[in-house]
Amino acid sequence: MPITYTSGEQVEVYRFSIPVTIGVPLLALFLQAFIPLRFPRFAVYVDLPLLITIFFAMARRSPIAGLLTGAIIGLAQDMLGHNQIGLYGIAKTVVGYGASSLGVKLDVENAGARLLVTLGFYFLHSTIYFAVARYLVNSTQSFSWLHGMLAGLVNGMLGVIVYFLLDRFKQRT
Amino acid sequence: MESFLGRYRNLIFLVGVLFLQVLGLAVQVKTGSDERDSRLIRVWAVGAVTPFERAVVWMKNGAGDIWHNYFYLRGVRAENRELKEEIEQMRLKQVRLNEDATQAHRLQMLLAFKEQFISKTVPAQVIGSSGSDLSRIIYIDKGEDEGIRADMAVITADGIVGKVLRVFKTPSVSQVLLISDQSSGVGAILEKSRLQGVLRGTSNGEVTLERVMSDEQVQPGETVLTSGGDQIFPKGLPVGLVTKVSTGRDLFLNIKIRPAANLSKLEEVLVLVEKQERQALAEDKGTRVRAADILAQRLPSVPDKPATDAGATPAPNGAAKPATSSSTSKPNGALTPATVGTAKTAGTNAATHGAATNEANPPAKSTQVPVPVKPKQASGTAVEAKPAAQAQPQPSILEEKPADAPPNSPPPPDPNSPQ
Repeated sequence: MPITYTSGEQVEVYRFSIPVTIGVPLLALFLQAFIPLRFPRFAVYVDLPLLITIFFAMARRSPIAGLLTGAIIGLAQDMLGHNQIGLYGIAKTVVGYGASSLGVKLDVENAGARLLVTLGFYFLHSTIYFAVARYLVNSTQSFSWLHGMLAGLVNGMLGVIVYFLLDRFKQRT
Repeated sequence: MESFLGRYRNLIFLVGVLFLQVLGLAVQVKTGSDERDSRLIRVWAVGAVTPFERAVVWMKNGAGDIWHNYFYLRGVRAENRELKEEIEQMRLKQVRLNEDATQAHRLQMLLAFKEQFISKTVPAQVIGSSGSDLSRIIYIDKGEDEGIRADMAVITADGIVGKVLRVFKTPSVSQVLLISDQSSGVGAILEKSRLQGVLRGTSNGEVTLERVMSDEQVQPGETVLTSGGDQIFPKGLPVGLVTKVSTGRDLFLNIKIRPAANLSKLEEVLVLVEKQERQALAEDKGTRVRAADILAQRLPSVPDKPATDAGATPAPNGAAKPATSSSTSKPNGALTPATVGTAKTAGTNAATHGAATNEANPPAKSTQVPVPVKPKQASGTAVEAKPAAQAQPQPSILEEKPADAPPNSPPPPDPNSPQ
């Protein structure tokens, strides 16, 4: 099904059980921290917590729930690194808000639409992250467009698979 | 007003959450260090994730051990034979290196250099990472309980890895900043040209050597070592090899380094928890054997002073001991077995150096190599302490004197002496 413009009454709003709500983001954080030990390129191209943020935000279709999900996952991701806490937090808050707002307007269920949405939010996330890092924290981190494009595509493709798996945990309200 | 809040509720919430996070960032930037303010929540995050990582690493290691130790033993005999041959080669090499090292130590002593030794290391298992290429850190399974502290060096047998950034008590883990991170900096020196620079990580995870002037000659393939200037890594640890040299900005060369340690596949590391710095061979200066001593030793024996001599204190057992007992006894409690076989001047140097070499090549387990303690020697008794089996029947020379004997008390005349 293509991306369709729907009214607020037509879109499905989903909810998730508490174990899924807590366990899936934790599992994503764990995998994000653990897999690079065996596959170092994983951390370079994949941002599993971002995919989880987008998925939950779009499924719940509540901007407040979406931005809170993004903020919590982002802050947790910040805590595992050594940079200032809040860089990922701010970026994922905006992504969560944007994804849930988009979810209200659009019914994004097919693979192609999900890939495009994930690609778009990956760029939004990277832009906010580097902007905050450079202009608020005065960090020297630099952004590479080539790397950004590749990573966006990889995340988009992986997102399609991850969303398909997580669809099983959706519960209709 | 209510309708305004209701209409823009989501947006107001977003601005509020963003504002709080920006405020938090500002506080962290202003204080300069996020240790005090964010330590607790970092502990929470680490505590939530590391137990899973520990469990997975434990299971993986367990399964790997069972497989490799009980099932997959193909080719072990051949490998064992090869390793034995390699040990033989290494022994030969070690003899040659010992000679070189002894010479280097003598030169260091002449120049009054201070030496730095790795005296204690703690092995640790890598259990996780930050999961982001913007923060190149790893987590190890040793923390405050094991004596790990911030700013300790982390190495492997191949080369340096990074430094301890944060240490947690519960869970007992530590965060290690890799040398490939943009915020890391290590004092480094090129092995041949002796040019010094600063090792830094780049945004794409590469390692570069900065602050080397562009008019210097640096060849690809040259080895890079730690310079010791950062006060974290002892001098002389392998860092990596120069892979590419190009002219950079601001009159400096752009030197790319391939790290000696494989930073992308770390499994076990060593944390240097204790370093020692001391004057090179300072304690050996008093053990020089004078030509007269050697001569006295080779000449027929001179009988010891009678115990009844004025000023002389009798031996604890009331009688002069034979040589065999003197070598194993401990005047002043100082003559240790390590000293017994190595009390010659050169031998002592080698022994001390041998200890230093072992320390410089840290073993896999936590070790501390003791420095041989020298016996206090009174004049006239400055002889080499031979092992018991080699002791000659020259009781008067090798007899033990009490440590507090007057240093220049003349020995009684010996009828057999050529004097």
